[in-house]
Amino acid sequence: MKLIIAIIQPHKLEDVLQELDKSEIYLKTVSNVLGCGRQKGRTEVYRGRKETGNLLKKVRLEIAVNEKFVEPTISAVKKGARTGKIGDGKIFIVDLTECIRIRTGEKGGEAIG
Amino acid sequence: MINSGDTAWILMSTALVMLMTVPGLAFFYGGLVRRKNVLATMMQSFFVLCLISIQWILWGYSLSFGPDKGHFIGSLAWFGLKGVGMTPNADYAATIPHLLFMVYQMMFAVITPGLITGAFAERMKFSTYVIFTLLWATFVYDPICHWVWGAGGWLKNKGALDFAGGTVVHMSSGISALVCALTLGKRRGYGREPMPPHNLPLTVLGAALLWFGWFGFNAGSALAANELAVSAFIATNTATAAAALTWMFIEWKITGKPTILGGATGAVAGLVAITPASGFVSPTSSIFIGAIAGIVCYTAVAVIKLKFAYDDSLDAFGVHGVGGTVGALATGLFAQKIINSAGNNGLFFGNPSQVGIQAIGASATMVYSIAVTFVILKVLDLVMGLRVSDEDEVVGLDITQHEESAYTLLD
Repeated sequence: MKLIIAIIQPHKLEDVLQELDKSEIYLKTVSNVLGCGRQKGRTEVYRGRKETGNLLKKVRLEIAVNEKFVEPTISAVKKGARTGKIGDGKIFIVDLTECIRIRTGEKGGEAIG
Repeated sequence: MINSGDTAWILMSTALVMLMTVPGLAFFYGGLVRRKNVLATMMQSFFVLCLISIQWILWGYSLSFGPDKGHFIGSLAWFGLKGVGMTPNADYAATIPHLLFMVYQMMFAVITPGLITGAFAERMKFSTYVIFTLLWATFVYDPICHWVWGAGGWLKNKGALDFAGGTVVHMSSGISALVCALTLGKRRGYGREPMPPHNLPLTVLGAALLWFGWFGFNAGSALAANELAVSAFIATNTATAAAALTWMFIEWKITGKPTILGGATGAVAGLVAITPASGFVSPTSSIFIGAIAGIVCYTAVAVIKLKFAYDDSLDAFGVHGVGGTVGALATGLFAQKIINSAGNNGLFFGNPSQVGIQAIGASATMVYSIAVTFVILKVLDLVMGLRVSDEDEVVGLDITQHEESAYTLLD
């Protein structure tokens, strides 16, 4: 089991969700986050005063999958989120030691799907 | 002789001016601060409405409009509204109950200290704020109000024109605001950390409510439902629109994009500048006054403030102090007797001396406001302290001054 964490551009969320649907990956958690990478900060002007923020708005997806869904998930996220410009985001993959479905008490691969 | 039409309009106008403070100013300022300070900021406007409502009844009205003492202040003869009844007072408004004139003026006295709060937003200790407001209303607002509008006041006798409070309301508060910003010092992290407005829709709502309420402020200052009220109403709307447009076009040119915050700020600057002139100028003059206000206030806020690096947090000085001064002087340029026979002609209509009189009124207001506000702040700093602790400032005033928060994390 793996936990796939993807940090993407907020405006690419819809595309990523569509790609995940196409690959039959339905379970995920989405949250708004702030972060920064190599992309420069963003400047907004209020009453002539420039406010430069280091942190940019991003969206984080968390998807827990069994081994055979790892590659399809990665390619779906890549396909949906990629624009080719700086700031497209990153995908992190970590080993998942356990997963428990609260309602039934099922564990492991059974509980993920 | 009481006129029911006049009475109805001034009752309505009184409610409109009340609306300017809460929710108008409360939302306007509330949206501009960071989310941890929104309630504390709105509380300052709300509290001033409650506090000055009582102060005005007890001694504020008497000091401002009561029997003249040396052309400087009213006496305490009307303390607790003694002798202020339903019979109209011909010195002020001959066709409405004297009590109605009193309560209409109360709403002006309420909003004026409220405007100052923009200068010390996000760092003023609430207990000190309460005492400051009470002292400022009594020792700054009430005397200046008497000079300009009170029967026997020295500026009124000189012929200074201030239709709805350019000097009395906006210059007095705006100049005092600068003194506050300089005396309290900057917010922690000002200039280093980003401090963007946390909720601009609130600010836009506030600005729109100010614009709406301002019809009561300016057109109501005719103190009758008559031609002058109509003229002031149109001047008000025209200057406001012109100032907002000017501000947005300047932004478009200089920073690349017009912003709604710029539009809202420009609108308020226009409202401020037309306030003293609204009962004396034509609609076309109003366009000029609004445009001048847009240019000058933009420069004050976006250029001068940044250059001198003082933290007038919500631009109480840049909009009200500067806009009020523009309006006071512009009245001396654009006033026309044809609009208001009780007024006078300005420089552009053959009477150059009016500008001088306006300048005297503006300078006197400035000097007096600076001096007395400074003394009040210094005394309060020694006795109770002006600012919250550094730690409280970081945590935010909502929690540390009021133990409540505007936005919960869950639900």
